[in-house]
Amino acid sequence: MEVSITINGTAHSYDVEPRTLLVHYIREHAGLTGTNIGCDTSSCGACSIHLDGEAVKSCTILAAQADGGEVTTIEGMAAADGTLHPMQQAFMENHGLQCGYCTPGMVMAATSLLEENPNPTEDDVRLGLEGNLCRCTGYHNIVKSVLAAANA
Amino acid sequence: MTVTDDTTSTGNGVLGSRLLRKEDPALLTGEAVYTNDMKVPGALHLAVLRSPFAHANIVSIDTSAAAAMEGVHSVYTGADLLDTWASPMPCAWPVTDDMKNPAHYPLAVGKAKYVGDGVACVLAESDAIARDALEAIDVEYEPLKPVLGLEEALSDQTIIHDEIGTNVSYTWPLVIEESEGDCQKAFDEATHVVNERYVQQRLIPMAMEPRAVVAMPQPFGGDMTLYSATQVPHILKVMTALTLGIPEHQMRVVCPAVGGGFGSKLNVYAEELLCVALARTLNTPVRWNEERSENTQATIHGRAQIQDIELAADADGKLTAMRVRLIGDMGAYLQLVTPGVPLLGGFLYAGVYEMPKAFDFSCTSVFTNMTPTDAYRGAGRPEATYAIEHAMDALARKVGVDPLELRRRNFIPTEKYPYEAYTGLVYDSGDHDKAASVAAGLLDYDGLRAKQSQQNTPNASKRLGIGVSSYFEMCGLAPSRVLASLNYSAGGWESATVRVLPTSKVQVVTGTAPHGQGHETAWSMIAAEKFGIDPADVDVLHSDTAIAPLGLDTYGSRSLPVGGVAIGMACDKVIDKAKQIAAHQMEASPDDLEFLGGVFKVKGQPDKEMPLAGVAFEAFTAHDLPDGLEPNLEAQVTYDPPNFSWPFGTHMCAVEVDVDTGEIEVLQYVAVDDCGVQVNPLIVEGQVHGGVIQGLAQALWEEARYDEDGNLQSSTLAEYLVPAASDVPPITMGESVTPSPTNEMGVKGVGEAGTIGAAPCVMNAVVDALSGLGVDDIQMPASPLNVWNAIQAAQS
Repeated sequence: MEVSITINGTAHSYDVEPRTLLVHYIREHAGLTGTNIGCDTSSCGACSIHLDGEAVKSCTILAAQADGGEVTTIEGMAAADGTLHPMQQAFMENHGLQCGYCTPGMVMAATSLLEENPNPTEDDVRLGLEGNLCRCTGYHNIVKSVLAAANA
Repeated sequence: MTVTDDTTSTGNGVLGSRLLRKEDPALLTGEAVYTNDMKVPGALHLAVLRSPFAHANIVSIDTSAAAAMEGVHSVYTGADLLDTWASPMPCAWPVTDDMKNPAHYPLAVGKAKYVGDGVACVLAESDAIARDALEAIDVEYEPLKPVLGLEEALSDQTIIHDEIGTNVSYTWPLVIEESEGDCQKAFDEATHVVNERYVQQRLIPMAMEPRAVVAMPQPFGGDMTLYSATQVPHILKVMTALTLGIPEHQMRVVCPAVGGGFGSKLNVYAEELLCVALARTLNTPVRWNEERSENTQATIHGRAQIQDIELAADADGKLTAMRVRLIGDMGAYLQLVTPGVPLLGGFLYAGVYEMPKAFDFSCTSVFTNMTPTDAYRGAGRPEATYAIEHAMDALARKVGVDPLELRRRNFIPTEKYPYEAYTGLVYDSGDHDKAASVAAGLLDYDGLRAKQSQQNTPNASKRLGIGVSSYFEMCGLAPSRVLASLNYSAGGWESATVRVLPTSKVQVVTGTAPHGQGHETAWSMIAAEKFGIDPADVDVLHSDTAIAPLGLDTYGSRSLPVGGVAIGMACDKVIDKAKQIAAHQMEASPDDLEFLGGVFKVKGQPDKEMPLAGVAFEAFTAHDLPDGLEPNLEAQVTYDPPNFSWPFGTHMCAVEVDVDTGEIEVLQYVAVDDCGVQVNPLIVEGQVHGGVIQGLAQALWEEARYDEDGNLQSSTLAEYLVPAASDVPPITMGESVTPSPTNEMGVKGVGEAGTIGAAPCVMNAVVDALSGLGVDDIQMPASPLNVWNAIQAAQS
């Protein structure tokens, strides 16, 4: 079936199997591999993206469900001149990443969190990110990064 | 004091600064390429059919329906591929001469030995087709009784590997006495004896990036490139060559970005060998990516020991003897270093305490019908530290003293360093009282004890507990001679090549293989400090055996104290050569030159100087070099340290336990980790934070649970409880910097320290909260159910 999705401002249209997940559409058809896959149970959040302005785990929906939608992935976060998004910058400055595998999903979830709650407490950040797992940082510096981005 | 005060800096103060990581922009923007991100036109996709039975004879396999499916290239069984292997899969640590190591092939032949054991594989045009085709393979199994308990395995009532006739792989004793019988005598004469059994539950390392492999035959001559999400490209290269009979010089291993390892990628796996073997046979690229529920079954597990520990102490609680009996769960087969893991802990059972030569240790390791175990963050050392630190709390209760006071009575005194321990190993440095005092201050230990005595009334619904643990970490996994005495099949050295290019940019080639640790940043800082240049002008080349042919990779907190030190030494060699060229150019003696801030200066002649850039260009053109000196500025060093690296520290925490629900809240966590001189405190803190939460997760949540048939019940991230941000506390870090005298940089490792300190610290706090109710231990993980059951048992 033909599925058309605008990703990071660019229109994409591919003939895909109906069972294709949005994350596979993004990675394998659109070729944007910044969005990672870390589990098969929608538990880890590594594949978080923005669909029509909301953070979603792109492994939880079919590409067909996103037909006609607007997607932003990690590749669409920095400015065209390479300037990092304030959330990316905050993660860098606060050592909010180590191996980097959860990072794209974490950044996408965190930006969405701040859009909903621009002045979160530490507990708000911890609760707001509970759908995204990280094995390296112990979350300490991720939480610090998001709080720093909120104050930036 | 800052960490740069006591180094012999010739540079610019970069070393010891909180420099932001070079690695981050690519990782933050999605530009980083992990193995599964590689675009490989024409690659066939591998999928592996895994046994659903823990222990079963394979009666027959019918692959015809799968092979006939559209898009399927071929299907193979273990028997089909048996002739492909020059030898079984490698185990590099035959810990005893009589260790049993039954043949382990990438696909099982005749019998499946754990749920997840590969029995057949498919190559197809896409991953989806390959996985669909697995379902069309018809395997007839004859299920056998699975062996799941360690004592059941010891009984040999059901044998897993028929060819060895026993489930015991080896018994490794370590008895250290001045005279025979000293240990028993000390127990006979002891005022206090504690006798504890601890079960180190099985854990799943769960790096966020599952494993992935691409094997790519090169166009001419039979060369093969293996891309893999591994921690050990160099070990993988030689082992793949040996296992497949490929000439080693024709194998190249590359690690693209690697998304965490924690020991789980310190291995040689079936899928790596299958991809290379099939790519070689078919002369076409073959790739495989692991799904999470495969990862939990087909990638190694960690811990999995039963520990019986007995301490003997005098009236003051000073340790006089120790006896330890371990049963190690190897799982179904021996992987790369499986048998060595319990041994690494064997030397650390006395922790940071003075222990007479009255030590009786023995480890017996058995096969079970579960996923193979191997090194998981700390590998043997967290288990040992848990046992001594948890037993010290039991001893404190018996002696009737505060656990911190008991530790202070037993700490190796600072003035005795370097300290030759009862094992003969020399601990190079330590200041345990300082680490404990800093931690106690940050936690407000005395204040919390006062609060605890008020709060923990008999009817309190929420009880306060305070936990302490002090640790030593034996890391670096070198010197090579000591590894030899442990029967380890490789050395412990590390290689570095440093090259100043004609334009004075610097290349550092390292044998370490980072997967989140920030080596590109840290190694740049070491070279930048030495040369007095900007770290941005240093490029670190790694994780490709064609570019960095010599190396022993990254594990065991070894990268900085072995690999990083090698880089500093190689820089010094380059500077020595550059000095000869500069002296020649300035018509001075090399002895009269000093190198400061990237410039060679003639002492006492302020107008005579030559920057490194000028020297580099002279070395490149070679128009006017001293007689006999080779052109270019490059030096290689292979460094084999004279001793292990000995980080130490104290962790403390406060927890509140809800007596009615068994729920635990960690209120405060303090970590004082002394890893010697810090190259980049930002990175050090990150390593400790992550390590602490992994240790805390063992204490409170994580467990690879099997049912009575040997099915892994926690096989997804929905069931295996990796904590989220909302589950864990912030971590307060305290400072203690005791430079290592073992290497010229004064550095130690830090990758595993947090994990080693954390599990006993948290469990000590939980038991401390409940000891007033008669609870003397709780099995990890201290889930609400385990806690509630322990309270009910104590009160009935």
